[in-house]
Amino acid sequence: MNPPDDRTYSDSHEWHKLDGDIVTLGVTKFAVDELTDITYAEMKPAGTVIEAGGSIGEIESVKATADVYSAVGGEIVEVNPALESDPSVLNSNPYMDGWLVKLRVTDTAPLKSLMDAATYSSKHQTS
Amino acid sequence: MLKTPFNKLHHDAGGRMVDFAGWEMPILYTGIIEEHKQVRHSGGLFDVSHMGRVWFKGKDVRRFLERLCTRRISDMQPGQCRYSLVCNEAGGVRDDVLVYRIDESEFMLVVNASNREKLLGHFDEIRGDLKVDIDDRTMKTAMVALQGPKVMDLIGKFSQEIPQLKRYRFVTKGVLMVKALVSRTGYTGEDGVEVILPNSVAGMAIDLIKREVDFTKPDAIIKPAGLGARDTLRLEAGMPLYGHELGEDIPAWSSDLSFAINLDKAEHEPKEQFIGFDAVREQAEKGTARKLVGMAMEGRRSARQGMIIQRNGEDVGLVTSACLSPTLEKPIAMGYVDSALADNGTKLDIIAGERTIAAEVVGLPFYKAKK
Repeated sequence: MNPPDDRTYSDSHEWHKLDGDIVTLGVTKFAVDELTDITYAEMKPAGTVIEAGGSIGEIESVKATADVYSAVGGEIVEVNPALESDPSVLNSNPYMDGWLVKLRVTDTAPLKSLMDAATYSSKHQTS
Repeated sequence: MLKTPFNKLHHDAGGRMVDFAGWEMPILYTGIIEEHKQVRHSGGLFDVSHMGRVWFKGKDVRRFLERLCTRRISDMQPGQCRYSLVCNEAGGVRDDVLVYRIDESEFMLVVNASNREKLLGHFDEIRGDLKVDIDDRTMKTAMVALQGPKVMDLIGKFSQEIPQLKRYRFVTKGVLMVKALVSRTGYTGEDGVEVILPNSVAGMAIDLIKREVDFTKPDAIIKPAGLGARDTLRLEAGMPLYGHELGEDIPAWSSDLSFAINLDKAEHEPKEQFIGFDAVREQAEKGTARKLVGMAMEGRRSARQGMIIQRNGEDVGLVTSACLSPTLEKPIAMGYVDSALADNGTKLDIIAGERTIAAEVVGLPFYKAKK
């Protein structure tokens, strides 16, 4: 599963997809493979304001817990409702159905310093 | 890194390899939860060759082992296995081991990989002038565990004798012209066997199993399972793990393993006392400050090793192992809490960063296989 080239990637394995003033954020296939089976995801609730580089929540696997960070600041406007009923959607489809939160952003500049899909792929081999 | 004779099999099966106590071992092949469920419903094949296997032989072997082990050894029958602790002078745990009595004057111990070298030094130290030959055959032998409710049916295709074995009994079988030791033991809470055999035939033994079972088929009776599933399986079965529930600084008596500690062993032949006896007897007489308990939680969020356990805002314990139980589909944990709070039903709080997880003390094991 290759990272799609319609979004940007951080060193801490999050993807950010900009659409107007909304950034949809998730984690990469490489990250969920490293974590193994995702059993739980808890995002900060809608309405929470996140600073650039701040934590938006945690995802948890059988073996470990990991913080998820947003490269951009903004307000969480939506948390993926599918996470609660079936967090394994992160394993099966991390780039589409497994998105984590949508943020309303004012300053999209930090996204420009992130990696494109090709650069991310070359740094992190995905299976 | 050290490699077991099954290293190629792990790579061929897509194992994700990690460094485990200096050995390159598979943490998983397809997924921890999938492998866990495979073992609970049918069967799994685990490479446990990284564990230490040490043979003891000689005139004073029983005295040596009575000195080493907290559990009585001398009344074991040939063909019997017993779980025991090895304590330090302060009454902490050096390791937990499985003792096999091979014959009148020969025994074998299976020890944790991470403790093998430490124990080999300890064996030498406590041997004194006892006549015992100590032979570490870890590098010359392999060990696999076949675990799950359908394993014995499969074994029945190779042997009529092994399915007749009682729990914690073993036989020495001729397999592929060499001797293999097959015990009805395991570390998953399921029925099954563990097999110890020379390295030279390890690959052929797997080929023998492969003739009956195609691991790659979705409905295979047994499939390879990694150390990740082994850990969640043993946790559901309430079995302690060194480095988590057991350790040099954790009082042996607090670990809910009194069945494996015979405080009266010196009254029996050969009247040898175990190392750490005075300290452990004191733990038993005075009680220990904390005790090992099982804990169940609501929701899906798991605790983690090292998280603090509180009651009414006071620190009362620590989590030693935890996961979202794949069988029960709820979070389970083991940990040490103040002895006054160790009764079933006691409500506790586990501190998970900024959040608190509500937990309740429950009896162990969390899961028991149907007979």
